[in-house]
Amino acid sequence: MSLFNIFNISGSAMSAQSVRLNTTASNLANANSVSSSIDETYRARSPIFAAALSDASGKYHGTELTNQTQAGQSAGVKVLGVVESDKPLQIEYAPNHPMADKNGYIYRSNVNTMEEMANMISASRSYQTNVQVADTAKTMTQRLLRLGQG
Amino acid sequence: MALSMDKLLGIQQYTLGIRTQRAELIANNIANADTPGYKAKGLDFQQALAQAQRGIQSHSLARTHEKHFSVEISPQGQEKFRVPSQPDTGDGNTVDVQVEQNLYAKNALEYEMTMNFLNGKISGVKKALGSGQA
Repeated sequence: MSLFNIFNISGSAMSAQSVRLNTTASNLANANSVSSSIDETYRARSPIFAAALSDASGKYHGTELTNQTQAGQSAGVKVLGVVESDKPLQIEYAPNHPMADKNGYIYRSNVNTMEEMANMISASRSYQTNVQVADTAKTMTQRLLRLGQG
Repeated sequence: MALSMDKLLGIQQYTLGIRTQRAELIANNIANADTPGYKAKGLDFQQALAQAQRGIQSHSLARTHEKHFSVEISPQGQEKFRVPSQPDTGDGNTVDVQVEQNLYAKNALEYEMTMNFLNGKISGVKKALGSGQA
């Protein structure tokens, strides 16, 4: 329990948000990817967040969602993994397309550009908020270090 | 008359610790603003302060093997779940970032205030000890 813990907490949140931003960038970049088979088609990716617990040394442990209610141990957020969306792909009949399969179909990724844009803004705002939290914690720590000097 | 640091710093020394604890709690709420199923927590200030003054702290069990669970027994009832201001947002998360941000800023100012009180007390003693030199 100290101010330094706040740096760990908001640091973990910042890295989680940048993972999210990363997947968003990847999704947007591949929004128009085309392939000639269902298996090879790009699918929208998104990270799964979970609250993390820490032991006294500040190491993070993953936790089941049901364990979160345990009181007294709080330590940021961690990315459990990145999952691919199972929304149906867009199948298009385009026999003239160079990527068309033998039946004349091409497969487009299931990325929803609007969703990704909203995700991007949300991730960058969350990142910003956590930077502010860390900055305030820094000010508080500096103030503590100067206690009794002024 | 002996100079008692404990009496000199009074209640402010405990207040500072609780403000730190609260800052950590709110930082954690903000960090988990996008975590599904996370429930925002708050600190019962009055209870925490009373317990800090009586010297009740959290205990943790010793771990003699790396596979032991780390168990921390914190004083009862300091951390409580916030009452959500909105019905379920769909993912079971009850963090309201705006509210938490404001509380965090407020807490930082209160921390500053406590610091000023402590500083005032310390500089008072310094003045007395230095017999007006500095």
